[in-house]
Parts: sequence; C-alpha cells; structure tokens
Amino acid sequence: MTWVFISMFLILCGYLVYFNVFKAEEINTNVYNTKQNDRKGDIQRGQILSADGEILAATTYDAEGTEQRVYPYGRIFSHVVGYYVNGKSGIEAKCDYDLTDSHISFLDQLEAAAKGQKVPGDNVYLTLDTNLQQAAYNALGAYNGAVVIMEASTGKILAMVSKPDFDPGSIAENWEILTADDAGSPLLNRATQGLYPPGSTFKILTTLAFMRQNPGYQDYVYDCVGYISKEDATITCYNGEAHGWEDLKSSFAHSCNSSFCNIGLELDNQNFIALCNDFGFNNSLPISYLEYSRSQFNLKSNSSYGEEMATAIGQGETLVSPMHMAMIVSAVANGGNMMAPYVIDHIQTAQGEAVKETTPNIYKQVMSADEAGVLTEYMRETVLSGTAKMLYNDTYSCAGKTGSAEYDNGQWQGTHSWFVGFTNVDNPDLVISVLVEDGGSGSSAAVPIAKQILDSYYYNYDNYYGQSTYYSDGYGY
Amino acid sequence: MANLIIEVSKYLLTICMVIYTVQSFAVFWKKSESAQEFLYLRQVLMILLIHFIAFMALYLKMAEQQLMFFWASQVLYLLTVQVMVRNLYPEASKLLLNNMCLLIAIGFIMITRLSYDQSIKQFQIIVVSSVLALFVPLIIRKWKFLQKGTWLYAIVGIGLLAAVAVLGQSSYGAKLSISIGPISIQPSEFVKIIFVFCIASMFAKASDFKQVVIATVLAAVHVLILVVSTDLGGALIFFSTYLMMLYAATRKPAYTMAGIAAGCVAAVFAYFLFSHVRVRVEIWRDPFASYEGSGYQIAQSLFAIGAGGWFGTGLFQGSPRMIPIVEQDFMFSAIAEEMGSIFCICLILIYLNCFMLFLNVAMGLRNKFYRIIGLGFGCMLTVQIFLTIGGAMKMIPSTGVTLPLISYGGSSVMSTLLMFFIIQGLYLIKEDEDEEIERARIYEQYQREYGNDSGQKQYGYPPAN
Repeated sequence: MTWVFISMFLILCGYLVYFNVFKAEEINTNVYNTKQNDRKGDIQRGQILSADGEILAATTYDAEGTEQRVYPYGRIFSHVVGYYVNGKSGIEAKCDYDLTDSHISFLDQLEAAAKGQKVPGDNVYLTLDTNLQQAAYNALGAYNGAVVIMEASTGKILAMVSKPDFDPGSIAENWEILTADDAGSPLLNRATQGLYPPGSTFKILTTLAFMRQNPGYQDYVYDCVGYISKEDATITCYNGEAHGWEDLKSSFAHSCNSSFCNIGLELDNQNFIALCNDFGFNNSLPISYLEYSRSQFNLKSNSSYGEEMATAIGQGETLVSPMHMAMIVSAVANGGNMMAPYVIDHIQTAQGEAVKETTPNIYKQVMSADEAGVLTEYMRETVLSGTAKMLYNDTYSCAGKTGSAEYDNGQWQGTHSWFVGFTNVDNPDLVISVLVEDGGSGSSAAVPIAKQILDSYYYNYDNYYGQSTYYSDGYGY
Repeated sequence: MANLIIEVSKYLLTICMVIYTVQSFAVFWKKSESAQEFLYLRQVLMILLIHFIAFMALYLKMAEQQLMFFWASQVLYLLTVQVMVRNLYPEASKLLLNNMCLLIAIGFIMITRLSYDQSIKQFQIIVVSSVLALFVPLIIRKWKFLQKGTWLYAIVGIGLLAAVAVLGQSSYGAKLSISIGPISIQPSEFVKIIFVFCIASMFAKASDFKQVVIATVLAAVHVLILVVSTDLGGALIFFSTYLMMLYAATRKPAYTMAGIAAGCVAAVFAYFLFSHVRVRVEIWRDPFASYEGSGYQIAQSLFAIGAGGWFGTGLFQGSPRMIPIVEQDFMFSAIAEEMGSIFCICLILIYLNCFMLFLNVAMGLRNKFYRIIGLGFGCMLTVQIFLTIGGAMKMIPSTGVTLPLISYGGSSVMSTLLMFFIIQGLYLIKEDEDEEIERARIYEQYQREYGNDSGQKQYGYPPAN
C-alpha cells in the first residue's frame, strides 16, 4: 500500500523528466506559444542558412539600432523559411525556440552582457541547396504549384518551392492582400500542405498492389480500346487514345487508364487499403519541422465499381501532397526503404559549434527490394518510351511517372499536371515531385519543368533559364 | 548586470535545493543523533540560503525598498518557528519541521514574485496560523477525548460543506468559499482535517461490517456534497483518503477494491452527468483545440513548464502570470518556469519525504485512532500533490487544487500547517507510548526478578490506551 503512494510521487517525477525530454520541444514550438517573445530582449535572433551557407534570414540593425529581420532571397525560400510577424510560419516558427536560444559558452555570454550587447542566438542550417532551389523556383515560373526535390538515399530536402509565394520581408504591409479570399492562399506551403488528387502517379501504388496480389503479374495482358465500362461507369484513356494490346509494363509506361481500371476491379480492396495506409495515407507522416496535411485514401470494401476504377487511376477521393508523393518515390529509388524527409541539417552556435544535428532516418521499409526493382524498371520505361519521353537524354538517366489529375470542386474544374521520379537510376541521386495546378496533362507542364530543373542541375547551368531573380526584392545584404 | 546575477542565481537555487533534498533522505541512513542534528542545522542553513538568493534576485528586479524588511521579517519568522518548536517539543520531527519551513519559504518567494500585495497578506496569515498551530501538538498530546467526538465531527464537517454548497460564492466554476465580513474562507480545507478525525474515531471504536457501512455512508455524504458544489478535486481527495483509512482500519483489500470499483463507476457517471467534468476531460485530451477558451489555462501551464527547462528561466525572466489563477492552482508551473524542472523534481521528492515522515510516525503508533489519522493525512497530502502537479503537467485532467504550503490561499495554508503540527503531535504521542512500553518492560523485569513466587498475579501491564 505504501508503495502505491511512493510510486505516485515517483510517477510525477518521471513524467516531468519525460515532459522535458520528449514533449518540451513540441510545446515550445507550439504556434500559440508566445514565451519566445519574452526572450527576444536578451538574444539576437539566430540566422537561417542554406546547406551551402547562404543567409536566408538574419536579424540586422540599422543606423538607429532598430532591429529588423531581412530575407536576402526574398520569395524564393518564402514557404520553408517562413515569416515571424503577424504570427509565425515555416522554420521561423518551428525553430523559434532554437533561434532564440544560445549555446555560446557562459564566458562569452558574460562578455556580451558586460559590453551591453545581445547574445547571438543559434543558427539553423537547412538542407536546401540555393542553386537547386533557385532552379526549381524559376522553372515553375508563373504557374501555381509545388516542387519538392530530395536526396534519394537520405531524405534530405534539397529544394522545396510553392507558388503563389510571398515576400517574407514585407508580410506586415501586405497582410491583407495575402490573406484576401481571392489571393489563392499564398501563405500555404503547397509542397506539404496542399492536397491534390494524385492522378496517374498513383498507378505506382496500384501496380504494387496488383503485383502483390498476382504473383503472375508478368503474364498480364489487356486490350485497350480507349475506354472501359463496367455497369453504368465508363472511364476513358487520356484523349480517348486506344493503346491496343499491352502488358503491365506498357500499361504503366503509357499510363493506360482502361487497363488500370481493369486492374482496380480485380484488386482486393481490403489489401489495397492496407497497402496505402502502410505508405502513409490516412496517417501522420514522419515530416518534422514542416507543417503538413495528411493524405487521404477512401476506398471501402463495398465501394462501387465506378469508385474502384477511379481510385485505381488516382482519381476518386484520394488526395496527396507533393511531399508525400516524393516520399513514395523515394521508397522505390531506395530499394523499398521510405526515408523520413528532413529540412534541418544542423543547428550550431554563432561560433560554429554544433548544437544539434539531424541524421538520415529510414522511416520504414514499405516494399521489398525486388518490388522496388520492378517499379523502377516500369518507371524507367515511362521515360524510355512512355509519357515522360521528354526526359530521355544521354547525360543523366531518369525514371518516373506522369499524372493528369482531374478535379471538380463544384466551382472550378480542370486538370493538375504531375511528374514524380528520380534520377541516376542505377544509383539513385535525386527524387523529384512536381505538381502544376491547372497545368493540363503531366507531359505538357510538369515534365518540362522537371526537365528544366534537372538539366540545370546536371549541366551546371547557373541560372540558365528564366529571369534573374536572385535578389528578387531588392535586399542587398 | 542584474540579468546576469539572476542567471547565476537560478543555478545556485537549483544546487541548494538538490543539496537540501539529498540531506533530507540522507538522514535516514545517519544513525547517531548528533550527526542527525548537525544535518538538520545544515538544512536550516540551506533554507535560509535559498530564501536569501531568491530575495536578492527579486530585489534586483523589483527595486522595492520594503522588500528588505519583508525578507528580514520572513527570516525572523522562520527562525522563530525553528526555535519555538525545537524548545517546546524536543520530541517533534526536526526533519518534518525543516521541510515545512522550506515549503513555506518557497511559497514566500513565489507569491512575492507573482504578486507583492498578496504576499504580504499571505505572510500575515501564515504568522497567525503558526501561532495557533504551535499549540496543536500539546492539544493532541493532552486532549485524549478528541478520540470520542465521532458524531460531532460528522455534524460539523457535513454542516460546513452543506453551508458552502448552499451559500457559497462560485469562483472559476466551483463553489468553494464563504464570506464572513471581509474574510473569505474555504471551509472544505478545514473539513479535510475534521473528516480524517471523524473517520479515525469511528474505526478506532470498531471496524466490523456495521461500522464500515456507517463510515462509508458518512464519507459518501461528504463526497457527494463536494461533487454537487463541483469541487471535483476536493471530492477525489476525500474519496481516496477514505479508502486508505478504510484499508488501514480493516486490512481487507476487498473493501478497497470495491471502493475503487465504485469510484470508477461514479467517475463514468459523473462524466456523462456533468458537463464540467466532460469539459475538463476534453481540455486534458487537447488543450489547444479550445485554446481561446477553456484550454487556455492548461496550454499556458504547459508553455510555462516547457519554457523553464531543467534550470528555469530565472526569477522574473519568465512570464508565469500568463496562466490564469497561477498563484492558487498552478503554482507548480510557475516554479517550473522560473526555477526549473530539477528544482521541481526536488520539490516533489521533499513532499515524498514529508509523506514518509507522516507514515513513519503512523506505523509506529499503537493507538489505532492516532495511527489512522497519520495514514489519512499522508494519503491526503499525496493525493492533493498528485492532482495539482499531475494536472499542471497535463498528465491527468486538471482539478484545481492547491500546492500544499506554497500556493496562495489562507484557508489552504492554515489547514496544511495545522495538519503538519498534528503530525508533530503524533510524534509526541509516539514518544509517550514508547516511554510507557519501556516503563512496562522495566516493571515486568522487576517483577520477574524480585516478585514473589507464590503464583499470585501481580498488577501486570499498565493498561494500554
């Protein structure tokens, strides 16, 4: 009996330790938490830097000593870096605690205090590469949409662009314009928070489900006549094109809707649901330091034929973020291992001593290496002879999948353009996910954008395409 | 410069607190009385040091000249209590006395930091309470008829609770206090003591089934009135204390199990019956869902604990005042924010130390009445601490109870002081019992050696209480 009471005290102690070790960070970075503002007084907010050491956000003082936060790259990094007036977003919000914390030595703090200076806060180094980010920003051009590029083997996010964008340096002045109803939500990071129907990019998962349920999938054949009907539901191939006799590989490479609807009708829905949940649909994703939306997959065991067919080709009620699609592709590129994406490389003091460092982390193995190999072969075929032929070249190899995602929200209807894939097929290098709102078919908008980014990366074009927007908002730093 | 001193002071405070805590457990391993005594005196030094460092930091930030006099009068108070108890009651537990002084000193520091005006009022209440409480051990020792007042306790206790339920002013969703002229008191704080006396005297008489039924009905009436007054924390404290006392008296786990089962059923009923119970549970599940409304308080409490980290922000470097009614129900979070989690862990361990001292004396008592009182108070203290600290950390739903001896509130601090001094009274009783046993042993030995061999029964033991 006595031990019951003694353990009550010990539970309190244990929970307090648990709270400090595991929960404090989440609490300290909660969007409602204004405690950080109290500490601003003594600490000069740290900088946010890119992987190559470029300053993305820094606190400076003008002649009168007024503090101001400047963003030398302006709109290019707007969503990831975020803002911290009128609320907080992006890394400015998620790393608020670290930026206003200082790990410089106690003696240096003493010295700063004695001189009446502010103590420099810790600096946050991102995984983003300025050149790649710049290329992605330029390539997306005037379109709305998002681009995510990750390092295949680690999950490091090398570029993350979302448009429409905003200038983090003038948020307060433009707040009303940015938050107006018809502004198209420029503050939303479409790369992680935007949810779109995946369209044909989803056929990667449909194919995997089919392979698992039919060990003899290599013998699959289907005669496409340009459409498929089951009871009252009819689905056509893109532009009504009839693909004729095809196996699973060519169905995939030509993104044949009729063949995949046929597959969808054959699939056991329960298994398909389990597979998608395992890939992170309807679940939280291992994305830290970035706000994200959960992807949705809504098939049921008693769904109608129409729903089954639509779901198999990535329409229906399925919704996914460009970031999540990149993660799915990273699993294919990585022999079945889905990497946990990360955007913070490390945090260090103003004097360069490491405070925290992120290490690559396998989130989970979602498929076998053999399955990943088959999907790689199919995605490679898409570039060699299918819908992403434009990406075929002699310099770098690429594998991928296009998508044209039709949407109809009652008010608007149109087609979003997708491309997801990876480069250097034998030893995967970059994973890329491109989503272009109202871009039409995958090959018409998303593929050229992917090509432009990858070309600039592999041919070392420095800002070859597009207008020069390096200091887009006139911030000389 | 002031900031720098405060920065240093938070580490010093943590170090002093850790030393004190280690000392209070080290006493159990020290066998020689002089070594113990030396340790107790060093503890007093630590208390004064913590109090001094903290007041220096407060002085630097508040720049209030009066603060020096305030500090001096508090030191005077602490020393007076030490000297008085040590001289009037040499048999009292000096460790418990030290713990009490430390908790009061921490209370002084935090209430002064949070609200200077309230701290002066609190200091006055503590001085008056201490003067009254100094008589308590003597009363416990002399007034043996306290064991007989079963029904009087029941009538007074239930009467007071019922009066609050009918006449009481509602504050923060619970009816707790009654105003008599300018003074507002919370009778339930005092009924806690009366309740323990009531149940103890009942079980001291007998612990057969009939008595258990009567006691259970009485306890249920107390708990139900508290539930109706929406004082859920109070209801839980009374309920669990009763179960503990029931077990101590009957030693039958079946009763306790039945009690816990009944408690669970009642909790489920309460959840569906009372909307304020559901609100508390909702807040506990996700305080940020209702951040603008009912979840605000818990959210701010979590922000405070998180901002403090291991060593705290330092006094006046945090913003604990953002937590509504921090000085009553969320004192723990304020301490965690400005003095840090290590300090708080020590604080919890010191409460544990108090509990062990309560239990230590209770277990050694032969008289059932006093033993059950000791166990009842020990349980009460533990449950209250579990509810308030667990609630502040969102480990369990918040029930709005005070942190004993630290939180602001006259009734709470006065009743806790009385409780601590009643325990000191039990230490005196234990001393008397031990002496009596010793006397009986010597008498018996005397009988064996020098008594006549005629087989005639001699006087035997002196009657036990």
